[in-house]
Amino acid sequence: MSEPVLRVEELRTHFFTKAGVVKAVDDVSFIVNRGEVMGLVGESGSGKSMTGYSLMGLIDPPGRIVGGRILLDGIDVIKLSGEEMRQMRGNRVAMIFQDPMMTLNPVLRIDTQMIEAIVAHRKVSAGDAHAMAAAALSKVGIPSPEERLSAYPHQFSGGMRQRVAIAIALLNEPDLIIADEPTTALDVTIQGQILYEMQKLTRETGAAVIWITHDLSVVAGLADQVSVMYAGRIVEQGTAEQVLGRPRHPYTRGLLDSVPANNARGARLKQIPGMTPSLLDLPPGCPFRERCSYAQSDCARTPLMRPLTAGQSVRCHHPLA
Amino acid sequence: MSALPDTVIVEPLATGAATETPLGRIARDFVTNPIAIFGIVLLLLVVLAAILAPFISPQNPYDLAQLDVMDSRLEPGSKALTGGTYWLGTDDQGRDMLSAIFYGLRISLSVGVASTVLALLIGLTMGLAAAYLGGRVETLIMRIVDIQLSFPAILIALILIAVLGQGTGKVIAALVTVQWAYYARTVRSAALVEKRKEYMEAARCLALPPSRIVFKHLLPNCLPPMIVVATVQVAAAIALEATLSFLGLGLPITEPSLGLLIANGYQYLLSGKYWISFFPGVALLVTIVSINLVADQLRDVMNPRLQK
Amino acid sequence: MSAADPSMIAPRSITGAQPALIELNGVSKRFVKPLDVAARIGNVFGAAIAEEVVHAVDNVDLRIAEGEVVGLVGESGCGKSTLGRVAVGLLAPSGGQRLWRGEPVEQMRAISARRAQLKMQMIFQDPYASLNPRMRVIDIVGEAPVVHRLISAKQQVEYVGLMLNKVGLDPTLMRRYPHQFSGGQRARIGIARTLAVKPEFIVCDESVAALDVSIQAQVLNLFMDLKAALNLTYLFISHDLGVVQYIADRVVVMYLGRVVESAPAAKLFNQPNHPYTKALLAEIGRVEPKKRKFAPVVGEIPSPLHPPSGCHFHPRCPYAMPVCSETSPALIEVSPRHWSACHLNTVSNTAVR
Repeated sequence: MSEPVLRVEELRTHFFTKAGVVKAVDDVSFIVNRGEVMGLVGESGSGKSMTGYSLMGLIDPPGRIVGGRILLDGIDVIKLSGEEMRQMRGNRVAMIFQDPMMTLNPVLRIDTQMIEAIVAHRKVSAGDAHAMAAAALSKVGIPSPEERLSAYPHQFSGGMRQRVAIAIALLNEPDLIIADEPTTALDVTIQGQILYEMQKLTRETGAAVIWITHDLSVVAGLADQVSVMYAGRIVEQGTAEQVLGRPRHPYTRGLLDSVPANNARGARLKQIPGMTPSLLDLPPGCPFRERCSYAQSDCARTPLMRPLTAGQSVRCHHPLA
Repeated sequence: MSALPDTVIVEPLATGAATETPLGRIARDFVTNPIAIFGIVLLLLVVLAAILAPFISPQNPYDLAQLDVMDSRLEPGSKALTGGTYWLGTDDQGRDMLSAIFYGLRISLSVGVASTVLALLIGLTMGLAAAYLGGRVETLIMRIVDIQLSFPAILIALILIAVLGQGTGKVIAALVTVQWAYYARTVRSAALVEKRKEYMEAARCLALPPSRIVFKHLLPNCLPPMIVVATVQVAAAIALEATLSFLGLGLPITEPSLGLLIANGYQYLLSGKYWISFFPGVALLVTIVSINLVADQLRDVMNPRLQK
Repeated sequence: MSAADPSMIAPRSITGAQPALIELNGVSKRFVKPLDVAARIGNVFGAAIAEEVVHAVDNVDLRIAEGEVVGLVGESGCGKSTLGRVAVGLLAPSGGQRLWRGEPVEQMRAISARRAQLKMQMIFQDPYASLNPRMRVIDIVGEAPVVHRLISAKQQVEYVGLMLNKVGLDPTLMRRYPHQFSGGQRARIGIARTLAVKPEFIVCDESVAALDVSIQAQVLNLFMDLKAALNLTYLFISHDLGVVQYIADRVVVMYLGRVVESAPAAKLFNQPNHPYTKALLAEIGRVEPKKRKFAPVVGEIPSPLHPPSGCHFHPRCPYAMPVCSETSPALIEVSPRHWSACHLNTVSNTAVR
């Protein structure tokens, strides 16, 4: 097996606010191989988006990466200078955001933005760049790409804009694509289309994808590997079949049980009581123990990630059978 | 009915004190900027001087019996015939400048604040009516606002004074007429945004009377931008009144505001007796700058986009 | 079976002799953007600029019986939110009639209209925008009952405490402001506000869409508990078929302002008739741990300003026929209490697979 595209080791991103330290990302480690889709799953406040931003070097003060390594093809991204990081972004690593207007400039035409993204990283003539942009648009399933290139973002629907954002991400054939909830704001049928395109594209280009979402069903259909995050930590990790088919962490189990489609009609949903804890000055111990029906006294000791079976690890003192 | 099963009552993610009111948060954020603290301290000093004018002035500048023409145009620091010191000198009628400035501040501030408050009330009503009622009412009000805002303020004020004549009430009327349009426009924009929010729909769903919805739900949420505009406008009103008085069209000479004081000493500026214009000018400057510093910080503090 | 009267979505046979709780007959809602002065001048010179009209809701019938949970599903532009607001009285219909307990609402006198209005309430989508940020929770929940004399001002504290308890919130928090609560708690405050006026019919407009999965489960359980305890009737609007499948007795599917299918929940999910319903069902979040091959519906959702002719769905329908672009299909009862608007049902004269 060749060297993984991305190796994250003990990543820690903390926010130093007036009210205290928020450990948004606390000891996160995972590996993504070439051509693989890794689903990073969690609810709000779990740290999944912050992990994505850390990988891209998009953490602004008062936040800071305080520890760990991010090895992209062997290079530690954290140690790169601002200029070197800028060269990586959009080139070797690309990001797709939930709101496509975070990628698209509303006052520029699509071709301007796409050509800009291309020539920022390599020397090509404007004509070649234009052709590459048109090819990218048709790859993401946009009909009549030549006409669409001269349009402005507001002339597209939400789903189309997201496709353009994906096309821009793919322009320079990155090794790693980070997708932060790109389909959450889209209608269900459009979401299906985008997922279909992503599935096709990852197979064709062999790029590694990190798909950040709270939607377990999307992860189930798309991902090879799954990491479940809670309160800034990864609490369960493994293949999609392992984590979603036979979850070992009580939180993962609780999440799966909460999905209405997994419950019988009319029966009460099995809910996880309480709320996610505030990340401000989180006390030691397992962050889930207040809400866990299996918690015992030793859960006051902070658990570490422990491998269980081949490929599946869990951060729990008492993993489920 | 008792609490339902399986609902855990948990502490909310409170970010501040247990009873943190919106006002408390504004106050707390306000004092984080040292320049703003400087501004508000300065403003407080100015306001105190104005309020306590009769008590802290060495002399009552309106009491003709206390004036002595022989004391006119004395330099700052000169001794009076009656004992005391004229710290800032005297003007051409023998008035102590310091006292004149304190009393002048009083006039300027009260005229400025009074006209701002009145303009605020009128503008608020018109702006809310325009936003809530919409249709022709809105078009009519906003076109009047547009027309009025396209004229220079001083021009409108001059025309009004020419028509109405002079006098304190008429000056205030002129200032109010000039200013209400700013408030109307600001309130209307804020109200249009707030009107579409779901809590307004909820209020309608609950069949609350429209007057209650406008004054208890819509208005309080439109106030933040209004407070900022009002603060800045107080300074503008003071400046406008000073301009009018300087031109001789403002308040009567029996109630000398800072503008009039500056006008009085204008002729002496280049002949060495600078203090008759200069010190009132400085007082005016300090007042306006302190108000603007406070307004700047208020604007930043109240801007939801700058909230961390 | 011949085309039946489209006003009989839920025939009286299932609800017995009593009239439906709320009834929408032939209701339409149009949003018109009027021409500005420049366009009007242009028209004088023969520019023929038309007004922009959005048929957000196009001739919809809906009858909800007491105690029912009706799920209303569809994607952007289908008109479900607009229909919900018409049902609850926030928007006046451009056409058609709204009846409350058999009585037309427009013809009610002011006092009865107000009393009826209190019985129909809405729970909104955005837990952040649906609470007045400058009011304390005690006033948010307690204002309407006091204004409408359901309780006296002195009873407000106790009553609000009772409401907060009902939704699982600590009553001692009632003097706090909304920004001090989390999204899930704000959703509960919104529910408490609704319950405080003792409603009988509640429209939930995407009320759980903005919530995390675990909080969503808590709030859905709360809805079901409240329904049982207080005998409530729900119109549950959602784009999430998984949630609707779980909670609804009957499901109505809308596309671009029209009802395309309506059936009891179990039937709709097991035997969908309309091609759009089938497409939606294919996208339901199923958390089965195996990779799916996504085979989605092609094409974009059309703009409500320029809906396709005939059947609105025909540009994206894999089974489209020539008649589909010409005539709009009527709602036909394809099996007991199962209605669908699709030419495939009439053309071959047998119910579609």
